[in-house]
Amino acid sequence: MKRTFRKGGIHPPEHKELTEWKAIEVLPPPPLLYIPLSQHTGAPASLKVSPGDSVAMGALIGEASGYVSANVHASVSGKVKEIVKRQNHLGAFTDYVVIENDGRDLWAEGRNSSRAYEHLTPDEIRNIIFEAGIVGMGGAAFPTHVKLNPPKEKKIDALIINGSECEPYLTCDHRLMIEKASNVATGILLLKKALGVDKVIIGIEENKFDAYSKMRAIFLSDPSVSVVLLKVKYPEGAEKQLISALLNREVPSGGLPMDVGVVVQNVGTAYATYEAVVMGRPLVERVVTVSGDGVKKKGNYLIRIGTPIQYILEACGVEDGIKKIIMGGPMMGVAISDKMLPVVKGTSGILVMKGAASYEERECVRCGRCIDACPMGLEPTAIARAVKNCEREAYIDLHPMDCMECGSCAYVCPARIELVQYIKQAKLEVIKARQKN
Amino acid sequence: MGDTRLKVGPSPHIRSGDDISKIMWSVVISLLPAFGGVLYYFGWYAGLIVLVSVLSAVATEYVCERIRGVPITVSDGSAVVTGVLLAFVLPPNVPIYIPILGGIFAIAVAKHAFGGLGCNIWNPALAARAFLLASYPGYIVMSKWPILNKFLFGNINSSVDITTSATPLYILKNAPTEFQKIYSIKDLILGSVPGSLGETSALLLTIGAAYLIIKKYVNWRLPIAYILTVALLAVFLPYKSGGSLIGFWQPSFFSNPSGLLFRAVSHVFSGGLILGAFFMATDMVTSPLTSKGQVVFGIGCGILTAIIRLYGGYPEGVCYSILIMNTFVWVIDRYTRPRLFGGKSSN
Amino acid sequence: MLVPPIMILGGLGLLFGGGLYFFSRLFHVEQDPRLEEILSALPGANCGACGFPGCSGLASALLEGKAEASACLVGGEEVALRIAKILGVEVKVREKQVAVLRCRGSVVERRFDYTGIKTCMAAHALAGGDLACPWGCLRYGDCVLACPFGAIKMIGGFPWVDEAKCTGCGNCVKACPRGLFILELLQKTVHVLCRSREKAKDVLKVCKVGCIACGKCVEACKFNAIHVNNYIAEIDYEKCTSCGACAKVCPTHAILNFRGERKERGILPSPKRNTKESVLSQTSEGME
Repeated sequence: MKRTFRKGGIHPPEHKELTEWKAIEVLPPPPLLYIPLSQHTGAPASLKVSPGDSVAMGALIGEASGYVSANVHASVSGKVKEIVKRQNHLGAFTDYVVIENDGRDLWAEGRNSSRAYEHLTPDEIRNIIFEAGIVGMGGAAFPTHVKLNPPKEKKIDALIINGSECEPYLTCDHRLMIEKASNVATGILLLKKALGVDKVIIGIEENKFDAYSKMRAIFLSDPSVSVVLLKVKYPEGAEKQLISALLNREVPSGGLPMDVGVVVQNVGTAYATYEAVVMGRPLVERVVTVSGDGVKKKGNYLIRIGTPIQYILEACGVEDGIKKIIMGGPMMGVAISDKMLPVVKGTSGILVMKGAASYEERECVRCGRCIDACPMGLEPTAIARAVKNCEREAYIDLHPMDCMECGSCAYVCPARIELVQYIKQAKLEVIKARQKN
Repeated sequence: MGDTRLKVGPSPHIRSGDDISKIMWSVVISLLPAFGGVLYYFGWYAGLIVLVSVLSAVATEYVCERIRGVPITVSDGSAVVTGVLLAFVLPPNVPIYIPILGGIFAIAVAKHAFGGLGCNIWNPALAARAFLLASYPGYIVMSKWPILNKFLFGNINSSVDITTSATPLYILKNAPTEFQKIYSIKDLILGSVPGSLGETSALLLTIGAAYLIIKKYVNWRLPIAYILTVALLAVFLPYKSGGSLIGFWQPSFFSNPSGLLFRAVSHVFSGGLILGAFFMATDMVTSPLTSKGQVVFGIGCGILTAIIRLYGGYPEGVCYSILIMNTFVWVIDRYTRPRLFGGKSSN
Repeated sequence: MLVPPIMILGGLGLLFGGGLYFFSRLFHVEQDPRLEEILSALPGANCGACGFPGCSGLASALLEGKAEASACLVGGEEVALRIAKILGVEVKVREKQVAVLRCRGSVVERRFDYTGIKTCMAAHALAGGDLACPWGCLRYGDCVLACPFGAIKMIGGFPWVDEAKCTGCGNCVKACPRGLFILELLQKTVHVLCRSREKAKDVLKVCKVGCIACGKCVEACKFNAIHVNNYIAEIDYEKCTSCGACAKVCPTHAILNFRGERKERGILPSPKRNTKESVLSQTSEGME
């Protein structure tokens, strides 16, 4: 009964029990918020405010610059203090709009008012989604309106809702499905309408059986929506693996889910869609799992976009001697050093760790575990060797661009080789070579 | 004053518990039952051979790594594994300098000359055995091998405490029809037969191998493919027995199925096949990367072992067949690459 | 008794020898005899600075007319003239360039404990590098490994270019992920050793010898050869005469004049007669 993808995958310890029973708690917004203009895949939003401007909650502060871009809104009401250019968690220089919170949470005009949504056309739904600045909440932060509007040649027949949340520690999607099940369901149906499909499949890993039961109960009378249990395996929630598990279709190498007639959306995105369409709220806050052995009050918190991590650490209490702070999950998340970095639209978790081992990298012992673990059928050890020896021609045969950087290979490597980092370098070289031609 | 800065590194930020040390020491642990057999069947001197071999390997590794100027890795246990496995393929009464020389050759030549752990092409323990066989053939390939009269007691070097006889493989090769009269399958499985230190007790070896397979340090497909191939070929390849050729085309061949089974089983449990299949051929560094490749490797080793045993000059073929297949691992890897998810891409 | 084996083996030897000769003639590839001459004239380092795949690549290209006789920067004047003689052409000899590392921040702190692959390329790609300065030298030594002539060494944990050994091949320029190296003629002795585009306050927070874009150098320059763009001073080497006036006034000593050092090591070429450089070299004093 439990489906899963065929090749590769690992079973890291889950640690979900630390937060999966904690109900979503609202974290009051901080006095100062840092909202970046680029927190999505695609072109950064263009600045719409200046220092000294008063902004209301949900006001547009950055406008999407182009099709593959997203709007950015103020997550509190207050005054724009300054615009600063700083390095984000990836090291790229980004503009941050710094807003002084006036503590009143006054919504902008026309925002936060519910509307009748049953008769909205797909176009209208997509426009609201675009307007609200909704992006993929699973981490990749791809502008949702683009995903819901595939080119005419790509016939889409199914919408997959990703409720697997395969990363260890993270439980925000789990809690959303339990506590806001009906709202998530409404969001799913809105996405279904916007996409214009007849079939929806919701995939949930079996370690979230309560969420599975809830969602299944809601959609029991709807034959077009099926809720399916997935085996607990990492990376079950990766788009391509999810499609393979639920529909037995393989996205072609270098292709996208729409090439096999599917669009995948995260559960959090569905909830944000509900908030935007039904409640008239743009994307200004999200549920974030704060966990790890270095934080005292672990839980799932509803946090405003732009809240600095330092503020969250102070609110949740931090143990002495923490060694690592991760934005995201432990497998694909980014370790940060600047505690003033804020929570952004794609931040699903903040993990604070007391112990962080650094490993001595050894020569590859040719155990082949990385090849067994890779869900994409790649040979990470071969790619790493090509990078170390600067063999640029080898990349053509090794397909590093197909790597989704899930980290399964480096997780299993007994020689502790930083395989993902090497593959990322290979990808940069491939992109550089392509640009030259 | 501790470093209070945060650690920042690439993802993933968690790792599985298995590192090289854990894997290597687990292999050492899995060989402990067989080591018990060494002391039981061959006495304290044989235990000394194992100890000396390990010390020689570890010392050589330390010296080589100092000379090369690379980090010292003796604590990861890989030299210990090589030392133990080398001792296990030697006869119980070799002069003590044999394992010393073997250990030096295995680590300095077969391992570090190639670049250290991960870079060697050939299994170091088997390469050392080949070296010793070529340099001291009289000590390694004898016609009569010793075993203690009273197990656990006695000195294998003293002519009083021992019985010498032909090894099971020797008899299988030269007088196959006499085999049933001399050795029973029970003897072979328990290990109360003459042979190299580690190869005799199939039972003790299998216990250790089961441990490694359950912990997923060894892929069961490789040894099973190897053993099944040898079993099948030992039965179906024609062999000479007392001047006449016995083969499957003869009508009387299938009239004694239990005899065929006996022959297969006796080949499987004789000699170093169990040791070689579970512990030598499965050495990570010198075996193919993928499961598919490992099966091909196992079958190749099986074919070569059967051919050498039946038609070659030596009664035992495991050592050379694995070394020969080690040479072809790069070819096997090239043609058993995993399938790309999403098929062929345009780039 | 010996005769049959001798005859058989001798006969086999003749047969195989003859066969080898026959097939070497049959499959003979016409090769320009000058190829061997050129290859022996080239330094043989296969550094790739000429833009061709190794010395044999350049040799073939030279014969096809696809490369200039002076293409080998590493070989310099001597090699250029020899090749020109072999090919029977005129050649304009290029002047020697050396690599300059435009950073002096040897004690800039690392803002976090970096646990990834210890190469500059990898460190720079992760979170913008572990150095407190986002523009400065990461000190993991990619340049040291990239130099085929061993001209870059780590001294006190910071790369140092041995200008006597440097051949101007440009491999370090390609290897540095932050683009800190440039190749310049030896005569150009004045360089701004900083690439930080941060404002003065942020520069001084992390580095005491960085460029704070104060503009004093611009004021001091009589040749309009230095400008401040994006909070960094940049020299226009076309106009620069290496007089060293900017270096004298720089408050953080981010600008240095290598003239004294190069003169001492005997690698400074004598200036051509009657150029701005030759006049000024007689009047200015060597600095640092």
